[in-house]
Amino acid sequence: MEFSRIDAEITLMVDGSSRTLTVDTRTTLLDALRDRLGVTSPKKGCDHGQCGSCTVLLDGRRAVTCLTFAVAQDGAQITTANGLSDHDGLHAVQQAFLDQDALQCGYCTPGQVCSAVGMLDEVKAGHPSHVTEDLDADPDLDDAEIRERMSGNLCRCAAYGNIVAAIRQVVQS
Amino acid sequence: MPFEYRRAEDVDGALTLVTENPGAAFLGGGTNLVDRMKLGVTNPRMVIDVSRLPLAGVEMLPDGGVRIGATVRNSDLAAHPVIRRRYAVLARALLAGASGQLRNAATTAGNLMQATRCVYFQDVTTPCNKREPESGCSAVGGYVRYHAILGASDKCIAVHPSDMAVALAALDAVVVVRDRRGEHNVPVNEFYRLPGDSPEHDTVLKPDQLIVAVELPAPAPAALSTYVKTRDRASFAFALVSVAAEIELENGIVAGARIAIGGVAHRPWRAYKAEEVLLGSPPTEEVFVQAADAELANANPQSGNAFKIPLTRGVMVSVLRSLTTGGPT
Repeated sequence: MEFSRIDAEITLMVDGSSRTLTVDTRTTLLDALRDRLGVTSPKKGCDHGQCGSCTVLLDGRRAVTCLTFAVAQDGAQITTANGLSDHDGLHAVQQAFLDQDALQCGYCTPGQVCSAVGMLDEVKAGHPSHVTEDLDADPDLDDAEIRERMSGNLCRCAAYGNIVAAIRQVVQS
Repeated sequence: MPFEYRRAEDVDGALTLVTENPGAAFLGGGTNLVDRMKLGVTNPRMVIDVSRLPLAGVEMLPDGGVRIGATVRNSDLAAHPVIRRRYAVLARALLAGASGQLRNAATTAGNLMQATRCVYFQDVTTPCNKREPESGCSAVGGYVRYHAILGASDKCIAVHPSDMAVALAALDAVVVVRDRRGEHNVPVNEFYRLPGDSPEHDTVLKPDQLIVAVELPAPAPAALSTYVKTRDRASFAFALVSVAAEIELENGIVAGARIAIGGVAHRPWRAYKAEEVLLGSPPTEEVFVQAADAELANANPQSGNAFKIPLTRGVMVSVLRSLTTGGPT
């Protein structure tokens, strides 16, 4: 049967829980999370990698989930915005988004938050960006750097000013 | 339609799979292939996942060059200390491409193999010779802001969208390809095709060949290099025009010049004619303009993208000026 090869059993570690499921191998990671596992924190915006609303941390690094097949991520550790908070309360980035009113409708927010967390880790690891003048120096995360590094996340409400302020708050604290 | 996903465990396994399954497509980070599959532009009956092959290393070569594994992620390559220090033009080009999320997923080989494309190629409701040979070109006479001004044919005026590949063209990088007969070196400047009468082929890569690495020659010791990209918004947008350049000065004369232009052709456009003008000349404004004009003499724009000629000239002159006055590296 041709059909047997279309399906595959995979296991994903989602926000600390091991989830095993059988997927059609053409299913994107985003659709597997939302439609099969009921994990609705990553949002479907453009579904073409252009808006960033489906961003999660995939094996610790920020990635869009709409442009990868779930089967290709078999065994991956996935952290959604929902999984960032622990028993002590909100993640510092989540708290900063609240403090700075960094959202309006909120649809892009889980992606923005995951992207910001992943981006801050990249800065800690010394990764330069397009606007970094000295490729050899540790990047100094000013507003221009924040804007450039967050350009993979669109906000139709244009809450950008306060998103920059929220990330600046995390950097300064 | 039947479909299979297979994951290759090693390079030989990937080559066996692709040989036994003509029409199969290699899957790297997926950022372009998965998108094309969703759009219905590309419909492989099998994808062979090569993203977990053990090709994620960046190694120094005995001759002072660097070998970059096919599955090294774009973000890791841009952040690699050797690339940042010795191949600034490549680090800058990678960082000018896509978004942080996409650079974390996209691989070196996948970046090279992303489709030369335009909005009509992506829209299956319109004719496109690249997507469907002999169906016609919707771009000619259509929306052409992002299209080619050099080396195009009446069959296709799309441009290759990679920033990384433009830097690799300026660096004279070599694409290392494996098939069942062994390993082959293809200079990146011979890897991409011009559209001619068969725009459906972007590269000279054969269907049973797999990219395993990209090799960079040792950097010229006194060279300065950079990458400058112009686009319609400040970040996360394709180039209108970009320029990668590496220049060496010796006793006030241009002793080395390697220039490639992005956003203007079906492939990264190596500006050999401009280089010829520069070599042996003093680094003056007049020479820079002469060099750019020599390269652009055969430009053949559409009615809606003639602006790319003065834009290309301006970016080339500005890059040459900054590199010869100790500007950005």
